[in-house]
Amino acid sequence: MDTLLLSRIQFGANISFHILFPTITIALGWVLLFFKLRYNRTRDMKWMEAYRFWVKVFALSFAMGVVSGITMSFQFGTNWPGFMEIVGNIAGPLLAYEVMTAFFLEAVFLGIMLFGFSKVPGWLHTLATFLVAFGTTMSAFWIIVLNSWMHTPVGFEMRDGVAHATDWMAIIFNPSMPYRFTHMLLASGLTVAFLIAGISAFRWLIVDRSQGVRATLTTGLGLGALLIPVQIFVGDLHGLNTLEYQPQKVAAMEGNWETGPNVPLLLFAIPDEEARMNRFEIGIPNGASLILKHSADGVVPGLNDFVAEDGTVLHPRVAPVFYSFRVMVGTGMAMLLLSWAAVVLMLRKRRGVEGLPTPLLWAMVPMAFSGWVATLAGWYTTEIGRQPWLVQGVLTTKEAVADVPAPMVATTLAAYLAIYVILLGAYVSVLFYLATKASKGERVSLRPASGQASTELVAAE
Amino acid sequence: MTLFGDPAVWLPLAFAALMGLSILIYVVLDGFDLGVGVLSPLASEEEKDRMIASIGPFWDANETWLVLAIGILLVAFPTAHGAILTALYLPVAIMLIGLILRGVAFEFRAKAPVRWKAFWDKAFFWGSLMTSLSQGYMLGLYVMGLQVTWFTLGFAAITAVFLTVAYSFIGATWLIMKTDGALQRKSVAWAKGGIWGVVLGMGAVSVASPFVSARIFDKWFSVPEIFLLAPLPLMSAALVALLWYALRYLPTKDDSWAWFPFVATIVLFVLGFFGMAYSFYPYVVPEQLTIYETASAPESLFIILIGTLFVLPMILGYTALAYIIFRGKATALSYD
Repeated sequence: MDTLLLSRIQFGANISFHILFPTITIALGWVLLFFKLRYNRTRDMKWMEAYRFWVKVFALSFAMGVVSGITMSFQFGTNWPGFMEIVGNIAGPLLAYEVMTAFFLEAVFLGIMLFGFSKVPGWLHTLATFLVAFGTTMSAFWIIVLNSWMHTPVGFEMRDGVAHATDWMAIIFNPSMPYRFTHMLLASGLTVAFLIAGISAFRWLIVDRSQGVRATLTTGLGLGALLIPVQIFVGDLHGLNTLEYQPQKVAAMEGNWETGPNVPLLLFAIPDEEARMNRFEIGIPNGASLILKHSADGVVPGLNDFVAEDGTVLHPRVAPVFYSFRVMVGTGMAMLLLSWAAVVLMLRKRRGVEGLPTPLLWAMVPMAFSGWVATLAGWYTTEIGRQPWLVQGVLTTKEAVADVPAPMVATTLAAYLAIYVILLGAYVSVLFYLATKASKGERVSLRPASGQASTELVAAE
Repeated sequence: MTLFGDPAVWLPLAFAALMGLSILIYVVLDGFDLGVGVLSPLASEEEKDRMIASIGPFWDANETWLVLAIGILLVAFPTAHGAILTALYLPVAIMLIGLILRGVAFEFRAKAPVRWKAFWDKAFFWGSLMTSLSQGYMLGLYVMGLQVTWFTLGFAAITAVFLTVAYSFIGATWLIMKTDGALQRKSVAWAKGGIWGVVLGMGAVSVASPFVSARIFDKWFSVPEIFLLAPLPLMSAALVALLWYALRYLPTKDDSWAWFPFVATIVLFVLGFFGMAYSFYPYVVPEQLTIYETASAPESLFIILIGTLFVLPMILGYTALAYIIFRGKATALSYD
């Protein structure tokens, strides 16, 4: 394999591993704030139990996100120096704002949030929880701004082959940013909803009947059922936005080779890159035309429009985009089905968690990681879908790669992969270990800071 | 923008200063928590918990200064960023793997089943060691102008060891301040064992720099510069002497002066840093690229600078808040 492909795999591996954890912490921060505020208001210990358990998951996920994020900040220089040389004037300030407005905020207040419970007044602890959640969201905002700009670059001009910013508002609020940012925040919300529901279902199944588990299971399922229809709607809008700015990506997602009307929605196919056609197609007639153009004879762009006259292919490889997109949508459908079924069963005769049949609870356990699957599949769709470009129409991936010897990239890639496999295994097993331990009745200990809080707690207990 | 003259001149300088500040803060802050990691195998189980508790609330924010420093290099001097990081490809990868290992070990050692704790303690130590060694190696190679010969590699190997010992030293002084009892006495002993690393490390870099580059030689050993520079080594020598003296009498009965070694070591690091900054200015890639040649467009730097002027005081403010909240002797960490 050559340096370019190895570097792409290495970046892909690093960022795939990284995104797993911010996807959790972005929304989990807000959920923790919700638990904390519910507790502040009701003084019901079940919310504090929920907070105590999930703050541990948060701390673990945060550490995984931080260390894998540091790797990302170095990857630009070690593997992709061309990126900063050509578009550094735009990417630079955006990354700088991420570090300055988000990283320090979350890192410093995380310490207070985790270890300051008995050292600071209650309001400051709640504020720290808010600032951590806010910081993670700001971080997501800036990085999505940069990523969206790479898909839909505007507000700049090229001088001597280097991009110079001309309009910062246009750069920040570039055409795909609002869709991508919303899509990602909702993805994070869904990941956390199903993680909480899945781990809580697991605790319920190993006979944990505590109020805390009831509260988190209901919260997780309710949040999932609430967000998934919104996500499907926003995802559709995002797709339409992509159709406008990156039609070749949509053509690959749909597996559509020839531009034309009445394009079917393919449920399954094996795209054949050599023959430039699909094999074993199963589709819904006119489906893609209906979704993308809202009419059966709507014209959908085809991949053959994106081949230069000299034969250079200017669209991404079809199969990875085509399959990732289907994995994402399929996972989303499973989320919709399960969360709605669960909510209907809980509301029926107002039986709550008791109304959930055991098979459904077991189905929720692997669904704890469905958010990861959908998020990764979605990112693969959009990022591989941008190829061969690194910055759409401005800079190709090939132009940006570092001239590092391939064996060196291969060696470090192998080391990263080995560590990621170990850490991922450790992370998942610790999640279930913590869940088992908490279910065995590890009591929530509280040593409140101020005298006032302590009397309130005694009263609550 | 015309207030200070040509922005193409003062903006790169301002960003070089900011980057320097971030690196300095990083070396001091992550230096002490990396040092604690390197020292950890020397402690008992209970002591390990307390040592890690003393850095628990801080390590994450400490490492963020590295991200800021590399971020400024990336955004303000993009071509230098590419040149330096591709030249340091392998040590950077080793450092990153080290940072990953030690960062997650903090969490896993406290949350994973007890039978795994020893494994994560090892990961914490090896991660800290890998990070410290690779940073020292990069420092050495940088001083050698990023040239790769047997001699420069040998020099880098030596600075790798010295920086690791120097980190352990500042880690030990941190522990002297943050712990008490037997652990504090142990920390004094560790500091006594590590001070030579600081001396030799600073000495090696100081001696080597002027001989690698005639330009630096002239900057140091010409009149009147030599007299203006003389306070740096003299103050450093005085501080080392004071540290040596203080360590003989620590810990005191009423725990007075426990803060002194840590503070003195910070000053020592600051002095060493200014010496290096003076030598290398205006180069960001030694003897190859200056900050002016590699700076981003002024309009991009300007927009970052505005944000920085607002945000940096806030960052410093709430970082100080965290150190105030978690002041005093470290106790076992808990989420309560």
